[in-house]
Amino acid sequence: MYAQMVKTDAARVRSLEEMEPHERAFQERIDAGQKIEPKEWMPEGYRKTLVRQISQHAHSEIVGQLPEGNWITRAPTLERKAILLAKVQDEAGHGLYLYCAAETLGISRDQMYEQLHSGKAKYSSIFNYPTLTWADIGAIGWLVDGAAIMNQVPLQRCSYGPYARAMVRICKEESFHQRQGYDALMRMVKGTPAQKAMVQDALNRWWWPSLMMFGPSDDASVHSAQSMAWKIKQNSNDELRQKFVDQTVPQAKYLGLTIPDPDLKWNEEKGGHDFGEPDWEEFFNVIAGNGPCNAERLDARKKAWSDGAWFRDGLTAHAEKVADRRAAAKIAAE
Amino acid sequence: MSSEWPLWEVFIRGQHGLNHRHVGSLHAPDAEMAINNARDVYTRRNEGVSIWVVKSAEITASAPSEKGPLFDPSNSKVYRHPTFFDIPDEVGHM
Repeated sequence: MYAQMVKTDAARVRSLEEMEPHERAFQERIDAGQKIEPKEWMPEGYRKTLVRQISQHAHSEIVGQLPEGNWITRAPTLERKAILLAKVQDEAGHGLYLYCAAETLGISRDQMYEQLHSGKAKYSSIFNYPTLTWADIGAIGWLVDGAAIMNQVPLQRCSYGPYARAMVRICKEESFHQRQGYDALMRMVKGTPAQKAMVQDALNRWWWPSLMMFGPSDDASVHSAQSMAWKIKQNSNDELRQKFVDQTVPQAKYLGLTIPDPDLKWNEEKGGHDFGEPDWEEFFNVIAGNGPCNAERLDARKKAWSDGAWFRDGLTAHAEKVADRRAAAKIAAE
Repeated sequence: MSSEWPLWEVFIRGQHGLNHRHVGSLHAPDAEMAINNARDVYTRRNEGVSIWVVKSAEITASAPSEKGPLFDPSNSKVYRHPTFFDIPDEVGHM
């Protein structure tokens, strides 16, 4: 999940009878499964929540390039390097689809960048962990993209048209990300004992942060309830986390790895796994900006933005010059 | 000076013989760069054989709030649909 703990400004979810006519008509359209499109009337809370969620999602895609970019020059083979490059390029594309979707809600691209750089907007906690070995790149594809898919598939049915459509494109591409990661790990676990140990170490470090991606239990959260009423969110955090664990356990088994959770065991009665509680104190710490790589990630984004200023300005100047010349030539021809 | 690049709407023809379809938007300083960026953002997996870009500011759109008056007039003209006319079976396919 790339959007965590998105606020809605709601104190509680209101019933249809309590709503003003405009809002009631809006809620009835959502209840009927209709998509809301840009420029249509929407409650301010709906608009703001979407801006928060979509921009947080977009920032996550963009910042998410950094931990993987760390290994592009050190990929073990030319083929793995080309695959990783393509994956990181996809992440940039996903960020762009999402920024565009957010822009239809009346916020500009520069405003969103500014919110990221100032720390006002968040991105997923997962990208504040370091990528120490090549196995981490495989683990990110397998676990982090796997967790993202779990969240993004239902988002294709989100009530806001541009977000839902961006999600359809993203989901089509995301499966490649997960499979390439798992494929890299399959190769490594068949290698030397040291290589297999490297994969186990990566799983040990990425398992809990991956479970944290879904956010803390939100069964009692008014924000989650409101987001669900608006069909911006379709499943609870715990539901998705359970699904992720159940899907991932056999995949780890196939690789011959041990999931670092002593409480993990199959529960026949519920037809799913029981598992331990992530360290939520660590999660809140990372969200608050104190994770292992928060400062490094944000500095890298700010540096890219300021280092690119001359280039953006140069292209704008060139475009203006060409437009002026064209206009002058047209006048001369008349 | 840092001013934001204008927004462009991107239309892609997926295959020969199909219409260009709106796929999304992007920022670019001019039309040429918009085409280049559209190729990288929207056709990384052979999704297109042709790209159109147009500045978003130059698109005129109907207002969602006027949906009623704009589209109602055609609602009452059911005879525009071929199924309005009952043709006996013995006439054969028509």
